[in-house]
Amino acid sequence: MSTVNKAELIKEISGVNPLKCMKCGKCSASCPSFNEMDIKPHQFVSYVVNGDIEALVNSASLTKCLSCFACIERCPRDVKPAKLIDAARQLVIRQKGETMLSPNEIPELLDPETPQQLLVSAFRRYRR
Amino acid sequence: MQRIGVFVCHCGSNIAATVDVKKVVEMVKTEPGVIHAEDYQYMCSEAGQAKIIEAVKEHKLNGLVVCSCSPRMHEATFRKCAERAGINPYMVEIANIREHCSWIHKDMDEATEKAVILARAAIAKVNLNAPLQAGESGVVKRALVIGGGIAGIQTALDIADAGFPVDIVEKEPSIGGRMSQLDKTFPTLDCSACILTPKMVEAAAHPNITIHTYSEVENVSGFVGNFTVEIRKKARSIDMDKCTGCGLCQEKCPMKKTPSEFNRGLGNRSAIYTPFAQAIPNVPVIDRNACLKFKTGKCGICSTVCAAGAIDYTQVDTMVTEKYGAIVVATGFDMIKLDKYDEYAYSQSKDVITSLELERVMNAAGPTKGHLERLSDGKAPKEIVFIQCVGSRCADGRGKGYCSKICCMYTAKHAMLIRDKYPDVNVTVFYIDVRTPGKNFDEFYRRAVENYGVNYVKGQVGKVIPQPDGKLLVQGVDLIDNKQILKEADMVVLAAAIEPNPDVRKIATMLTASIDNDNFLTEAHAKLRPVESPTAGIFLSGVCQGPKDIPETVAQAGAAAVKAIGLLAKDKLMTNPCTAKSDELLCNGCSKCANVCPYGAISYEVKEINDHGIRETRRVAQVNNALCQGCGACTVACPSGAMDLQGFSNRQIIAEVDAICR
Ligand SMILES: Cc1cc2nc3c(=O)[nH]c(=O)nc-3n(C[C@H](O)[C@H](O)[C@H](O)COP(=O)(O)OP(=O)(O)OC[C@H]3O[C@@H](n4cnc5c(N)ncnc54)[C@H](O)[C@@H]3O)c2cc1C
Ligand code: SF4
Ligand code: SF4
Ligand code: SF4
Ligand code: SF4
Repeated sequence: MSTVNKAELIKEISGVNPLKCMKCGKCSASCPSFNEMDIKPHQFVSYVVNGDIEALVNSASLTKCLSCFACIERCPRDVKPAKLIDAARQLVIRQKGETMLSPNEIPELLDPETPQQLLVSAFRRYRR
Repeated sequence: MQRIGVFVCHCGSNIAATVDVKKVVEMVKTEPGVIHAEDYQYMCSEAGQAKIIEAVKEHKLNGLVVCSCSPRMHEATFRKCAERAGINPYMVEIANIREHCSWIHKDMDEATEKAVILARAAIAKVNLNAPLQAGESGVVKRALVIGGGIAGIQTALDIADAGFPVDIVEKEPSIGGRMSQLDKTFPTLDCSACILTPKMVEAAAHPNITIHTYSEVENVSGFVGNFTVEIRKKARSIDMDKCTGCGLCQEKCPMKKTPSEFNRGLGNRSAIYTPFAQAIPNVPVIDRNACLKFKTGKCGICSTVCAAGAIDYTQVDTMVTEKYGAIVVATGFDMIKLDKYDEYAYSQSKDVITSLELERVMNAAGPTKGHLERLSDGKAPKEIVFIQCVGSRCADGRGKGYCSKICCMYTAKHAMLIRDKYPDVNVTVFYIDVRTPGKNFDEFYRRAVENYGVNYVKGQVGKVIPQPDGKLLVQGVDLIDNKQILKEADMVVLAAAIEPNPDVRKIATMLTASIDNDNFLTEAHAKLRPVESPTAGIFLSGVCQGPKDIPETVAQAGAAAVKAIGLLAKDKLMTNPCTAKSDELLCNGCSKCANVCPYGAISYEVKEINDHGIRETRRVAQVNNALCQGCGACTVACPSGAMDLQGFSNRQIIAEVDAICR
């Protein structure tokens, strides 16, 4: 898949229009995981705008984001940066051909670093 | 049978690039009544109009269709042109093939087809047009200004200086508006009261100005040149003629714990009060919800101490009815409420304040006598954080979509003033963009950074967390360094968005003046008529029309005054002849039309009617042409089809629809 297509796919999965971002940084100012992340919440948006999806899907931020949705709650432009990260996660999972998540798989996926919130969020998305 | 000429304009390339104008000319030539059709580059130009006049003479035309831009732009031009050619101006119709066609279509064939259809509709209408004569109405040479902030004051002064009487209606006990609450003003940092008070005094002393404070407009009727306005003067409980403004009553009043509106609730006032020392008029009002006398019947101290015998607990609201030729709206603004922005801890901490509250804190007459201190414990702050764009530029449903325009400059002002007076206080400003277009504005902001060492951080604050020790933990981001910042502050100042005074909706409804989704009054044309409302005779002054600083407000106030003066200087106005008319044979006197008429133009007459030989006495509707504004409400309300609008008759409109659907 080309980068353009991947960027489009991320926008489609997330329902986010990254062009609404006014680069205020309130998402990053709100994020409790900011210091753990290599790509910061406001950068999720610019990476999608610039089509740099490779970097995004390989970013540590995928697992560092807690899905607390503070960024979504506080973004003045209603951009929903966490949804972009969530879409990037889905992209990874889809590439592996895994679109379902069953509770049985969880124990072996767990590592002490994984935030509880991430699991909750994953279930919101994948347990259909 | 009409003899119609059709004139198709290219509007340079505005129309001709998208509409095949030659084809339009060919297509309309065969329409009923069309004797002549031609196209030209600029129909509105001298040469274009000459072509029209020439064609009228040559082909003995008695009706014109101009296919051009919107009638809002040039209907008047072509009507005047028709008059010069010897045709009744109401025999002209405009087919709008620019805004309705070329500007919104890309495909030439489609646009051309639509242009032909619009032309056909206009031709069908002209076939049924009849000459109409405009009437005349007088102009009441008096203006009303609603709102006594700097905008209203300036407009009133300018109108009054031109020799016309003006009334200001201000709902607060004093004129002055927001500007009276400010400490110093950018970009020159002069004291707000020092430049405002002389204007207030001048307005009060002007022989042509009457000020109604503590008053509100309650009803408006009439139309341009001839409005009738009812003003409610709320009971002040003080005889304005007797009061000497000595202030003893306020001093002695025992009810001193009422939050002062003027100080934004940061300080208290007595139940009998003038909002601030330089108030105009310098006559207090009794807040009846706070006054002991009104609550319990006991007290009456003010009355005892008043040497002038001015206190009158029995006063009631009075109504004043006055006629005006022009009305200027200058109702200004307020800060938005911050209850939806809990992340900034505004409601949790006294040390998180708005910028307007800071103005009061910095002001010598304010709650802290001008000392910069924390409102929680009175301690001097060492670390102050400003957050810009709180509730401005929001698309999340919590705030306003627009930029409030003044906050970048007043925040720079606040930061600079603090650093100047308290050099040991650190000031950090979190900003998204710093917007400083304006004369000497960017220089002003740069001074804050370069000369006063204000720390500007590109980024926003995510949250403010009050700490047990009273400090405020500010969690923000620095987007240039890509770092999250945690800063302990003593005070946080929020540059909250501004919004039009919420009352303005009521005012706009009374005036039938249009208002946008944000409650700002709409101008007649965003570029060419920025101080007029689309409703004739209504003018706009100050922030009620859009965010502005003082210099812009004053400039606009003057412009609104000039427009109002232009109207008041006329002795007669041409009235619109496109008024309603009832057909007495069809009218059954049901009163439906009078009930819907917003201008009270319809009355009923009992008279003898000869209905095809049968003589009967009937009650029939009668339209007063001077009052009717041609809105058409009655024509749709009438169940018997008796009401019709001249120039827009049901037959004419159906003919247009038929021509479009043909
Ligand atoms: C914190 C802050 C700092 C500022 N600092 C500066 C500065 O340094 N320099 C600068 O140039 N500008 C500054 N401004 C902007 C300035 O305050 C405005 O440009 C100016 O006050 C606008 O004047 P106005 O008359 O349009 O509105 P207002 O001042 O709001 O006046 C409107 C008046 O109308 C009255 N009113 C409202 N509704 C009704 C009604 N229905 N009936 C009767 N009366 C009514 C109100 O009571 C009020 O008196 C600042 C603004 C803020 C918020
Ligand atoms: S949802 Fe993720 S990116 Fe957004 S604030 Fe929470 S942790 Fe940070
Ligand atoms: S908070 Fe919203 S608008 Fe601001 S930088 Fe983040 S995504 Fe963009
Ligand atoms: S009401 Fe009487 S006491 Fe009060 S200010 Fe006026 S004159 Fe003075
Ligand atoms: S058109 Fe009818 S309803 Fe409208 S102003 Fe005239 S008389 Fe009144």
